[in-house]
Amino acid sequence: MDETPAASAPAIELRALSKRFGRHWALAGVDYTLARGDSLLLTGPNGSGKTTLLRLIATAISPSFGAIRVAGLDAVRDREELRRRTGLLSHSSFLYEDLTGEQNLVLAARLLGIPDAQNSARSLLERVGLDWRSGRPVRQFSAGMRKRAAIAKLLLKPPALVLALLDEPFGELDPSGIALMERLIAELLANGVAIVLATHMVDQGRALCRQRLHLQEGRVASP
Amino acid sequence: MAQRTRQGLFALAVAMLAIGAWLGLSWAPPDREMGDVQRIMYVHVPSMWMALLAMTLNFACSIGYLLKKSWAFDSLAEASAEVGMLFGAVGLALGSIWARPTWGVWWTWDPRLTTAAILLVAYAGYLALRRFVEDPERRAVWAAVTGIVAFVDVPLIWYSVQWWRSIHQIQSSPKTVDPQMVLTLRWNTFAFLALGIFFIWSRYRVAQSERRHELAAPPTLPSAPQGLTASGVRL
Amino acid sequence: MNARHPPGLLEGAFLILRKDLLIEWHTRARLNALLFFALATLLIFSFALGPDTKLLEQNAGGYLWLAILFASLMALGESFRVERENASLDGLRLLPVNPRAVFLGKALGNAAILFGLSLVLIPVMVGLFGVSLALGLGSLGLILVLGCLAISAPGTLYSAIASNARARDVLLPLLLFPLIIPALLAAVKATSLVFQGDPMSQLNSWLLLLGGFNLTYWGLGVALFPQVIEE
Repeated sequence: MDETPAASAPAIELRALSKRFGRHWALAGVDYTLARGDSLLLTGPNGSGKTTLLRLIATAISPSFGAIRVAGLDAVRDREELRRRTGLLSHSSFLYEDLTGEQNLVLAARLLGIPDAQNSARSLLERVGLDWRSGRPVRQFSAGMRKRAAIAKLLLKPPALVLALLDEPFGELDPSGIALMERLIAELLANGVAIVLATHMVDQGRALCRQRLHLQEGRVASP
Repeated sequence: MAQRTRQGLFALAVAMLAIGAWLGLSWAPPDREMGDVQRIMYVHVPSMWMALLAMTLNFACSIGYLLKKSWAFDSLAEASAEVGMLFGAVGLALGSIWARPTWGVWWTWDPRLTTAAILLVAYAGYLALRRFVEDPERRAVWAAVTGIVAFVDVPLIWYSVQWWRSIHQIQSSPKTVDPQMVLTLRWNTFAFLALGIFFIWSRYRVAQSERRHELAAPPTLPSAPQGLTASGVRL
Repeated sequence: MNARHPPGLLEGAFLILRKDLLIEWHTRARLNALLFFALATLLIFSFALGPDTKLLEQNAGGYLWLAILFASLMALGESFRVERENASLDGLRLLPVNPRAVFLGKALGNAAILFGLSLVLIPVMVGLFGVSLALGLGSLGLILVLGCLAISAPGTLYSAIASNARARDVLLPLLLFPLIIPALLAAVKATSLVFQGDPMSQLNSWLLLLGGFNLTYWGLGVALFPQVIEE
């Protein structure tokens, strides 16, 4: 069966998507379709299932029931291929505390098979406003710096990237960081990458995204 | 219907054990070398065999779960590990009771005893792991991995302990040659088998009901499947 | 844009191995603590068994491997605590990195640390317990390598599991120790032969057992690790 994503396949298709953790359904029957290259604002109170939804689409966790397709690829069967095409910016930074920002990025770049990993890492770190020369381990970073490093790591993925999943990307960032994030989102959209943005900063989100999905207690609800 | 079968099985096991006790304690002749002490073998040996059988069942279910994520495999694995531990502990204790008048000590580093003790600790670890993981799906996967790894180790443990002990004197084990003894042993083996199956089956039901309690039923969807399945549905 | 060539299994494992050793190097205070813990363990054994030097010399192999085994608990636990801190293991998974490469890299890294530790302990054994290397350094080196690999493979697999469970500090030794007994027996016996001589040429059988154990558990680790870390 042809595994390359069809050019017209939607960025995301969710059918009856449900996820339980023990006795608790974090998501219960979510249906949604997001067109290729489109932008989605995901809102909802704490505990409504936003993070769970993003993690499911990113294939960090697997569904208890229902199905997910990203760019025509099934999230369970074609997991590895799908991971190449999606990027997740999450609450956890995925960084190694005892390595420097540069070492973290170079490792990720080499694991992705990016040629000239060191220069790619350095230029990305500069782009997000981090000084790689200082050689400070991530342990000494502030929360905002960690966020920037995580963003830089996400940016290693294009041009294979089809979908970027951003979970509270503005958290911990100072105003220049927020402006940077907004610029990057605009850039990704301009390059045809679909975006799902989960945030409490609804006005910011509405300015950046065309679609909106509101969750309440694991189900789709009206905002 | 299943309930009736189970009750019948239990009754059968009890009856067989009762007859087996008579066979072992009075009908079978005393051993030429060891005398009446040897009679404990009629329960010690079947006990250890049941333990091994249960461990093998656990191994098969662990592999089964990793290949097809069905809760039945996980519950059966849990049941067989617990019942196996029970028979193993009983068997070990019986072996120890036999060792005291025979060799003069409660414990000896006989390869079989040593291997049994190691296995008991290994499966205690398996059961501890099950207790310490809360998420049912993760628990099932990790328990399956642990069960597989522990079982594969059994021949390695056996051989290493054999070689370790071969430098010193090997204690001999009792040989049953007399046909009456063989019959008694066989009878008791089947009695233990019946009992073991009954225990595993009952424990399996308990495990399944625990799973049902732990796992929320699927939300009210028109096409939600009934029963316990751990896998998602493909589009 | 330059084409990307994702690394194969061995290259990926090597990158992970390097990362782990780099982290250990950056936090060498932890390695020092590990070393002193192993030394303290050896000291305790000498005191616990009294000043009878004959006895100490005879059982030296056992003490060495016990010290390595206890130290391995710390090293193995640390190996996955590092991955849990920022969900870094998830980050590797989602990059995506082949989980088998992660297993090979981490297990080899743990084995390397244990091997380095054991090399430092040998001169201490010679000094404290008065052992001599009757069969030479080569045989000893081989036994150390095989033994450390044997502890590391199942240890890494179990540590990945235990680090996510409650009572993880108790669960890891409980799971690992019974499993590792064949390897421990073989390593201790072989080491004793190296220290005391091998009149009956038994060394090869113990080495064979160690080899078989390694083959089995590295195989199982590579086969089962992906299922262990997926959610």
